[in-house]
Order: sequence, then C-alpha cells, then structure tokens
Amino acid sequence: MRPLSTLIPGERAVVARIDIPPEQRGRLLEMGLLPGTPVELVRFAPLGDPVEIKLRNYHLSLRKLEADKIQVH
Amino acid sequence: MKPFTVVLTGNPNCGKTTLFNALTGLRGRVGNYAGVTVERKEGSLTGADARFPVTILDLPGTYALSPQSPDEQIARDILFQRVADVPAPDLVVVVVDASNLQRNLYFATQVIELGHPTLLTLNMVDVARDRGHDIDTDALSKALGVPVIPMVASQGEGLEPLRQSIRSQASSPGTRHVIPREFNELPEAFGREAQAIETALERHFPHRSRLAAAEALLLLSDERALPTDKTNTDGNTNGNTANTRYPEALIEQVLSARRRLEAAGVDWRSTAIEARYARLFAIEQHVTRETPPPDELLSDRIDRVVTHRVWGPLIFVTVMALMFQSIFWLAKYPMDGIEAAVDALAQWVGSSMPPGDLNDLITRGAIAGVGSVVIFLPQICLLFLFIGLLEDTGYMSRAAFLMDRLMSRVGLHGKSFIPMLSSFACAIPGIMATRTIETRQDRLATILVAPLMSCSARLPVYTVLIAACIPQHNGWPGLTLLMMYLLGIAGALGMAWIFKKTLLRGEPPMLILELPPYKRPMLGAVLRQMWDRSKLFLKRAGTVILGINILLWFLATYPRSSELQHQFDQRHAQWKQAASNPPTPAETETLKRLDQEEAGEKLRQSFAGRLGRAIEPALKPLGFDWKIGIGIVTSFAAREVFVSTLSVVYNVGGDSENTASLAEVMKSERRDDGRKTYTPLTGLTLMVFYVFAMQCVSTVAVVRRETNSWKWPLFQTVYMTSLAWILAFLTYQVGTRLGF
Repeated sequence: MRPLSTLIPGERAVVARIDIPPEQRGRLLEMGLLPGTPVELVRFAPLGDPVEIKLRNYHLSLRKLEADKIQVH
Repeated sequence: MKPFTVVLTGNPNCGKTTLFNALTGLRGRVGNYAGVTVERKEGSLTGADARFPVTILDLPGTYALSPQSPDEQIARDILFQRVADVPAPDLVVVVVDASNLQRNLYFATQVIELGHPTLLTLNMVDVARDRGHDIDTDALSKALGVPVIPMVASQGEGLEPLRQSIRSQASSPGTRHVIPREFNELPEAFGREAQAIETALERHFPHRSRLAAAEALLLLSDERALPTDKTNTDGNTNGNTANTRYPEALIEQVLSARRRLEAAGVDWRSTAIEARYARLFAIEQHVTRETPPPDELLSDRIDRVVTHRVWGPLIFVTVMALMFQSIFWLAKYPMDGIEAAVDALAQWVGSSMPPGDLNDLITRGAIAGVGSVVIFLPQICLLFLFIGLLEDTGYMSRAAFLMDRLMSRVGLHGKSFIPMLSSFACAIPGIMATRTIETRQDRLATILVAPLMSCSARLPVYTVLIAACIPQHNGWPGLTLLMMYLLGIAGALGMAWIFKKTLLRGEPPMLILELPPYKRPMLGAVLRQMWDRSKLFLKRAGTVILGINILLWFLATYPRSSELQHQFDQRHAQWKQAASNPPTPAETETLKRLDQEEAGEKLRQSFAGRLGRAIEPALKPLGFDWKIGIGIVTSFAAREVFVSTLSVVYNVGGDSENTASLAEVMKSERRDDGRKTYTPLTGLTLMVFYVFAMQCVSTVAVVRRETNSWKWPLFQTVYMTSLAWILAFLTYQVGTRLGF
C-alpha cells in the first residue's frame, strides 16, 4: 500500500483505505472515491499541487495533502 | 389555477441549464430565494396547454442530498418541501450525464427515493456513445423504476418526448403513480435503525410522510443533517430551514442509533454511501454495453496543453490579460456614451424645470446618483460575459486548478481567485462571484478582502492625484499607479491570511473540484445569464446608491445661508450691469468663475463642509486638511466622487473633463503656513488611504445581501477604514521623517 500522491502520471491503482477523518471525508465518498474504486493519476498542476485523478469516468482534482492520506494498492 | 410545478435537478455540469433554457425558451426569470443569495431560476414551459400552465424551477447543481454549500442546501430543502415559498414539486426531472453515469446516478437515486413523481432524462447520450458507453434506456428505466428519456439537450434531441411527458402529467395529475424505491442494500442493523427513525418522522411530520424513508436515511448517515449549535448560529447557512426543527426526542433517537451502530462496528457515515455505489455499479454493468473507447478524447487533448507545466500558466495569464484589457478598453466607449447621456438628461431636466431645490435634487441627487451606478454597467456586463464564457466552456475549473497552490499559501481556495481578479474591475461582481465557494469561512474571507483589489472607481482618484502630486518624468506616474495596484493585491492576500488565521479559522478547506469535459459555450444562454446578473446588480445596488446620493446631496446643499446667497446674488447683479450684450468671452469667463466660487463657498458652508472640518483633527496626522476632508466625506458613497468634490471645493467646476485643470489648481494650492498642500508625499498618502478605505456604499450593500447580515459589512467597513488610516499615517510619518 502507498499514498495516491506517489503514483506517477498515467499510473492506475485501486483505493485501499482513506485516512481522512470520517467527519471530513463525506463528500469525497459521495463523489465515488471509496475503498475498492479504481483510480488513475492524470497529472499534477504546474505548481505541483493539486493533483488531478480520474475515477468512474470523470476527472477530479484534490490537494496533495488529501491525496497523501488516500492509500492505494 | 395553481400551475403544475416541475423541479429540474441534477449534478453540476450535467447540462441542466441548457435543458432549462430549451424548455422555457430562454425566457426564465432570475431572482433570489428569500433570505439567501442563491440564484432562483424559474420559467414557464413553452408550448404548454394554456389550461394547464407549467412552471419549471431550475435548482442549483447538486452532487448529493447532504449539502456542502448554500446552493446545495437550497436544492435539498426544496426537494424536502422545506422552503416556505416554493410549492411541493408535482414532478421532479432529474438530469443525468450519460457519460458520467455512476456519480450522476448517486444523486438521481437519492432523489428518486424521495418519492416525488420522478422522471429521469439521460443527457449527452452522444458524448457517452463516442466514449464507448452504449446505454440501454429501457433496462435503466426498469432498474430505476422511473421513466427514462434519452437526450442531447444542446441539440434539442429528446426535448419533444420530455415536453409531451410533462404536458400529459400536467393535464391529468390523477394518473401519476409513484413507486418508492430504495437503492441501498443496507446491513440489517442499519436498516432497522433507519426504519425506526422513519416511523418517528411519519408521526412528527405527517404532511411530509412520503419523504420519511429518505429523510430517515439522511438523518442517520449525514452528521450535518441534524441541527447543531454550529450550523444554527449563522443565518446564512441555515436561513430557510425554520420549519425543520426536529423535536428533541427525535434528535436523541438519531444520536443513540448512531452510537448503537458504532458499538456494533458499523460506520454510519459511509455505510449508506458504499451500499448505494455498489448497487449503482451493478446497475451500470447491467444497462451499459462497453465498446473500446477512442485513443484519446478531445477534451483530454485540450487539457494536456491547458494544464501543461509551461503552456498552462502562459495561457492562463494571456486569458486573464485579454479579459482585463477588454474590460477596461472595450467598456470605455459605452461608458463615455452613458456619461454623456446622463449629463444630457440632467441638463435637459435641469433646464425644463424651474430652478430651485427640487430641480437640484433631481438633477444632482437622483440623476447623477443613478448615473454613477449605471456608468459601471458596461464593465460589469463584460465581466459577467467573460465569467459566463469561462464557466460554460469548463475553463473556470482549470483556472482554479492552476491557481489553487498560490491561493492556498494564504489559506484560500483556487476558487477564490476569480472573485478577487474580478474585483479589479469592480468589487460588486467579484463579491457576487464568491457564490461558487463552498466553505463559508473561505467565502467570507474572500468577500472581506475583495474590495482591497484596486477597482476601476479608484482609477480617477489615482489619476488626478498622480497628475497633481507626482513628478511627471522618468516614468514615475506609471510606476506609482502600478505600486498602488500591487499594494492592493498585497493587502488583500495579507488580510486573507490574517482572517484565515484568526477570525475565520476553520479546518483547512478540502479541495474537491470536478474538472468537467470542455464544451462549446451556448452563446445565447451566456448572454442571457450576463444580462440577468447585471440586472440583479442594478436593482440591488441602484436603489441603495440612489438613497445615499440623495442623502449626500442633502449634506452638501444644506444648511443654506441666506447671507451668502444674498452676497452672491448681488455680485451676479453687478456682473449683469457691467456686462455688455452679448457678453464678451472675458466676461463669460468671469461669470463662470463667479459661479464656481459660489458653488465652492456653498459647499464649504454645508453640512458636508462642516463634517470635513469636524474630522480634520483625525486627518491632521495624515497631512490632510479639511478640504481633503470634505472629499473623503462625500466620497464615502463612491470613491470617484472625490474627484468631482475637489473640483467644487477648489472652484474648478464639477465637470469630469476638468481633471487636467483640477490638477493644475491643486498644484498651486497652499496651506495656511504657505507650504504646498499637494506634495508627492500628500499624494502618496492619500492614494494609500484610497487603496485600503472602503468608500463604496454599493459594495456595503452587496456584502449585506450576500452575507445576509449587517455584521460583516460593518466589520469590513471598520477594518478597511482603520487599515487605511493606519497605513496612511505610517506613510506620512515615515515620509516626513525621511525628509519628503
């Protein structure tokens, strides 16, 4: 297992665990980012943060701070 | 008869607005929901049977029924029949983006479960097909238990079947039937608790009994669905839910249910979400036939350039520069036209009415007052046009993506960037553009600092001060102007950082930003939206500005001294006696100077003049005299009034084309002790003051509306004025010490 933010652009993985506190991660789960969801890291923004990922056929952008707490395998 | 109410809802970027425009023929009305500043879009279905009128209400885009922004909260409250002035929906049309099926169905199935008569429109089936997802609409309809209409709203495909369906339901409301469905396979313990809460809800709110099942599920799994101290203290976040007070016993029941679930090892927050997505995954597998997608989508190809390490920022800067250049330069022509028209109108009214106070009130109070707002309309329209285009194409979220890193340094969101940028033109549209920011703290912080960006109304003030005080060589004028703009930016970022560290401290905001596929903008809809928003601005700001201008007119006109009047009447009579007929140019010039002297003397005698003197002690440490004081007092409503007031104070005449001559007069102005009044240091100090001081009643009025309280606009005015004074003081004192 490793953080989502360590993927290189174009690399795919599956979400294993989300270490963001339960009371903060509600919207992330509702957007379909759940344990077991396949994700692809698309790119980092020009200044290195945030990061763009692809999941369930759409593109989503998250800060690295959060991407660090999403474990994938 | 009461019209049949259709509620249009769906995720952001699902094409809902396009559909709304198509159904209402671009004739929707835009307003606000009572007490909150969420856009309320409503219209009549075109081509509806006159006997069965249909009203369509377009709800703000929503990802889920557990709201994260005021927009989403209104959408949820309407679907839950909690908004007093919105009737219960007779039909809910959920718009679903076919190319993004699972996440769109997450919200759609939540809505279906509410038990309203529901219809699903599967939009953008063409895009989905191009990407290799072929959806069987009949199978989807069977799986969801509601009619499904495939559609390409942007090309009008599928519109007729939808219209027909709405029409037939409107004309025979008895025949609709509702199949309540639940798209969760919940663990047993969870289901049992939800059932018990449902029963309690039915007992407490019998008029909303069909919603009870869905509401029970939300109460149990969304921790913000229950009112807590935090959500109830601010009118802005919970303005419309007064009739949702849950009885204590029910709240306790929900809390204890959550505790029991926790004890049993069930995560009450995520269980329902995971169960729903599991079900949706199965449904998608069942109804979609996947074909291999094309190599790379056009939207992804565009993104490779637009968010590229080098090209991305370059394109961004170019887009922004073009936007601002056109806001300044394109708007110049209509602004000049409006100014001329307002002047002509004032002149016409002034000459066709008998002279007197009423004449003066109408021409200088009302017409000039409204004119001072209308003059900004071209800039505001252009800004809204650009923002609309950026939003509609999908570039706006890329801008937020690119700028997020920079904005996060001061604790803000990428989404705060556009409002702050917009404030260079005018803080009002900038503040209105903060509606897209979800977190309340971030939105407030952005609103509080937006007016520090140097808006276009400061430009005339800077211009005249630079002309009067700053050496006109070696590029000093341009450099000074640039410094003022940079000072405003630094001030805004610095204050945002301070606010986020102190007053508006909260959890660091999470950025959850969808990057939707690019699309071609619908120009008609963008123009329409531009006009709607501009109209809203005119109505809101215009009425306040009118009132304040009449007040300021009063302050600048009264009290009248009959002695002074007599004195000037005599001098006028003298002039008339001495003048030849027709008067020579020299004599006309004398008369003009006499008129200017009269206006100046009267202003100095007025309440405004006295106020200027009264605040002189506060201005002395800044190096300002009471004449500048008058300018500051009268420009409290709008900064640019400073220039016209100084013209009157220095007997130059109030015309706008007199900036150059005003600067000449200011240059020769002396203090009592014989030193020049307008040294470079005075000019700089005064400009610093104007960079930070609020001095704009329209902004105060808009902040009042947007925050739904007087607390924030008052706080903002106080902090900005204090900051302006302190920094002006420092500038002057340090400058004096350094020997300037």
